Amino acid sequence: MSYLTITDLSVRLAGSPARLLRDVSLTVKSGEVHGLVGESGAGKSMIGKAVLGILPRAVEIASGRIELDGADLLQLPAKEHRRRIGRFCALIPQDPLTALNPSRRIAPQIMNRLTDILGWEASRARKRAAELLDEVHIPDPERVLKSYPHELSGGMRQRILIASAFAAEPKFIVADEPTTALDVTVQKQILKLIREMQARHDTAMLFVTHDLGVVSKVCQSLSVLYAGKVVEATDIATFFRAPAHAYSRALLAATPKYTDPDASLIPVPPTVIEAVRAEVEAADEGWRG
Amino acid sequence: MSDLYAVRDLSLTLPDLTRKPLFGPAPHTEILKGLSFTIRKGAILGIVGGSGSGKSTLGRALVRLLEPTGGSVSFEGRDITHLTEGEIRPLRRRFQMIFQDPMSSLNPRHRVGQLIAAPLRLHGVADPRKAALDALDHVGLPRELAGRYPHELSGGQRQRVGIARAIALKPAFILADEIVSGLDVSSQAQVLVLLERLVADLGLTLAFISHDMSVVRRLCSRVLVLHRGEIVEDAPTAELFANPRAAYTRELLDAIPLPDPDQSWA
Amino acid sequence: MADGRSRVRRRAGVRLWLSGGWLVVLVLAAVFAPLLSPHSPLEQDLFLGRMPPFWVDGAEPGYYLGTDSLGRDVLARILYGARVALIVALVAGTLTGLIGSTLGLLAGYLRGWVDVVISRLIDIWMAFPPVLFSILLIAVMGPGLVSIIIAIVVIDWTRFARVVRAEAMAQGAMDYPASAQVAGRTRLSTMVVEILPNVLPTIVVLLTLEMGIAVIVEAILSFVNLSISTDDPTWGGMISEGRASIHQAWWVMVLPLIALFLTVLSFSQFGEGLKDRFDPVLR
Repeated sequence: MSYLTITDLSVRLAGSPARLLRDVSLTVKSGEVHGLVGESGAGKSMIGKAVLGILPRAVEIASGRIELDGADLLQLPAKEHRRRIGRFCALIPQDPLTALNPSRRIAPQIMNRLTDILGWEASRARKRAAELLDEVHIPDPERVLKSYPHELSGGMRQRILIASAFAAEPKFIVADEPTTALDVTVQKQILKLIREMQARHDTAMLFVTHDLGVVSKVCQSLSVLYAGKVVEATDIATFFRAPAHAYSRALLAATPKYTDPDASLIPVPPTVIEAVRAEVEAADEGWRG
Repeated sequence: MSDLYAVRDLSLTLPDLTRKPLFGPAPHTEILKGLSFTIRKGAILGIVGGSGSGKSTLGRALVRLLEPTGGSVSFEGRDITHLTEGEIRPLRRRFQMIFQDPMSSLNPRHRVGQLIAAPLRLHGVADPRKAALDALDHVGLPRELAGRYPHELSGGQRQRVGIARAIALKPAFILADEIVSGLDVSSQAQVLVLLERLVADLGLTLAFISHDMSVVRRLCSRVLVLHRGEIVEDAPTAELFANPRAAYTRELLDAIPLPDPDQSWA
Repeated sequence: MADGRSRVRRRAGVRLWLSGGWLVVLVLAAVFAPLLSPHSPLEQDLFLGRMPPFWVDGAEPGYYLGTDSLGRDVLARILYGARVALIVALVAGTLTGLIGSTLGLLAGYLRGWVDVVISRLIDIWMAFPPVLFSILLIAVMGPGLVSIIIAIVVIDWTRFARVVRAEAMAQGAMDYPASAQVAGRTRLSTMVVEILPNVLPTIVVLLTLEMGIAVIVEAILSFVNLSISTDDPTWGGMISEGRASIHQAWWVMVLPLIALFLTVLSFSQFGEGLKDRFDPVLR
């Protein structure tokens, strides 16, 4: 059962023909984690932002369809669109430092989702907030609830953001490079936590990352992006065993593996870049926007 | 003298300004707690550890951006631990540094050519313009980039400008502080391949700070593992990866997600 | 790979042209006042008092912007008044900028005892109420253009110092000054070669803002008769005199007021426009 279906989504800079996303199509089933990989600037974050309706002001959706649980989001009136996103979706952002309000304690920042979106009363929300912190394995939740963000470590803050994301039992979460800013040992804990929470709450997820190692641990399927275009979309096993597209193979060849140190580390060859660029240009010619 | 660097009981304490009381000095935190190691000429030393391990501080102590509070650091046989800035300055062309974030380490209002040539002019190198353009060639960047500003370049290109600037002086030693951490996999591969070639071509000694063990395995001949300001393991690369002795080293290795869905990664 | 997040085209330098245009007109007016004004600014003709500007009925030909109660030509007085305004703006503005920026840069980049001394100085200085301070200074030094300029510099340098210090501190925390140190540059050289270019856009904006402020301060002082002591016209003085006859001859007060407004606005917009146009990072 598909929870999110994106069809031919194109996104561009307002008032310009330059596209940031080119006819992106993908499907995320209920309870599935779908990875978005590619170089910086490939548009991975842009897709998540388009679904959640948080594209930057200078950027607009040019064409395409986004269906969330059967409803065509782009056809809904703005208020209903926002209501749906708020009720059923959440974001785990990249930088735990800037995502939390530095001048408020932790408790209200988690409780807000429950009181504002679900309409719970404060006491019930407070209790649930403590439960959530427990779920993400934070020792001494009461102390943490009373703390300010700057008093906590990066790993702790990311756990809090994960707890917040799952607070209102969302059906769909966008995880935007959630471990990029973290230490490798902390990253492992956080990835395991995300997997655990996602499985327990049966949430569909779009997981944005540039790290192929991370993708192999968390995702069941993935889309590879170059310059806003999906060049390959497949399941995890196939991608790592027998990737179909030359660009996918090149990315894998450029990733160092410590178990195989003598394998040559090959940057993406210019021929592959030219070929995939040609694909992008061909797509642009066929597009009327 | 085959040891380029000899470090003995190095300790470094810095004031913790986040806990400074209203009146009076800030409390001091010991960041480096008595480190001892050597760096042989021609070696590529990997310095790994998590955040808070002190690896960046160690790097900065080696190039004397920070002054150690205890112990000693010797470079090419000379004790540089407590030299004044004026005494160090002529030595500086022998050891250089490449920083993590090129958007911060390249002056946004200087052109690329100027950025690379400036250190050359400071040390009275003849024809700095030519040397700067040669450095660009060496790192595989087109010469036209000399007239551009850093923000006009991509992340990988900026990082290569940082490398060009460091090698232009033809130093004996380069400290690379997390230089591929912000780059995507393809740019990272380009920079690593470049670094390997430069070390071989120019006979450099390199200290490579990183949190990414896979990169370290690939590049370094020897690895120093830091944890909370102390060296927990100091071993040749192959040995460290085959038989990690310290518990923390094992923890670091186990945490690495390999691009392989079948990896047992509990 | 060139990604689609390229810079949005900046608006053409409309405000640079408009503000720069007015300032050029002002400079020309001030420099060529004797050639441009049809009459002497001091010459009184009581029979031609309160003549309206040329677009109103009953205007006296040759007196394009009308006359004041003493029959003096308003246009001529505005042109000559521009001289005072400009001299104060340029000299006071530049001096204030130089002193304040230098101290701010030293404090913000060198830190240590230099910063402690300069910051305390700024704090103590700013504790004096500026209006009282300036009146006190002028009372002591006596009225005159030099006194006004000194008064403005003495009071306003702290504005520059504070802002430039903060900016220099922020820049000092980046990696490029550390990189300069590793390359072997001295601290002082780093301050000038590396930090200063990155603080300059802020200084330029503050400088033009300061010039506008200087013009206003002079106008206020001449409004209360604390400015230059001769009969030479100043815009502030004209505004003050024009208040008395606001109903019968509105142009005597309003026209210099408009000149004042346009001048101050132009100074600040010119600074912003310069920053937009010439800062390589923003282009």
